[in-house]
Amino acid sequence: MVKLKYDIEGGNFNRAGNASSQVKRVLKQLNIDQRLIKKIVVALYEAEVNIVAHAYEGTMEINISPEKIDMILQDKGPGISNVEQAMQEGFSTASQKVREMGFGAGMGLPNIKKNTDLMEIETSVGVGTTLRMTKYLNNVE
Amino acid sequence: MTLTSIIELLEAKVVTGNMCHEEVETGFCSDLMSDVLTLDTDKMLLITGTANIQTIRTAEMADVKIILLVRKKEASPEMIKLAEETNITILQTAFSSFRTCGILYSFGLKPVY
Repeated sequence: MVKLKYDIEGGNFNRAGNASSQVKRVLKQLNIDQRLIKKIVVALYEAEVNIVAHAYEGTMEINISPEKIDMILQDKGPGISNVEQAMQEGFSTASQKVREMGFGAGMGLPNIKKNTDLMEIETSVGVGTTLRMTKYLNNVE
Repeated sequence: MTLTSIIELLEAKVVTGNMCHEEVETGFCSDLMSDVLTLDTDKMLLITGTANIQTIRTAEMADVKIILLVRKKEASPEMIKLAEETNITILQTAFSSFRTCGILYSFGLKPVY
């Protein structure tokens, strides 16, 4: 079992993606299939950008076993008032600054769902959000 | 399509990178990185007018090896540094997105969809 943990700074777009990039490096070292790596890191990066875009701070925790990779992204932030709405393509509450970076089009959560096998959101308005994702490593599509 | 012909057709310059990723089969033009992240395409040229550090991060995550900045958008030193670390080539052209895509399409670069 490989365990990784990274801190994510809210609002700092210069560092957004650093944690996902570190995970990608580890997955490559573990010789995981390239197509799976891409799906995993795209989901992680979207989730990391969400924390940078919306929250004050957060963490990314990764547990890799031979069968699967579990990912937990936890943040302190505004939370999501309507998860169902947030899951819809095109819905976003992102700021102009986030949009200028090429995000905030309401594609993040749907894309995370598409790239993972399990996805679960736990959120509390005014407190924060926890996103749990799992990707199985044995079923290459 | 080879990198060399892209550079010739678009009067482009190589901002950073080497010529080892010589071939691209498809092109995708978007200023929205979220749209780029929905693709599952290999050997793809990313054509964009969005020039910031997240353009490079997006390419890194999506396994895009060549980024073409249009409308003379400049790559910042941070972008160039990250591109070097992640082995990504950045090209730059003064042509507009429309002109760039028109030329590349007419010379056989395929769309993703």
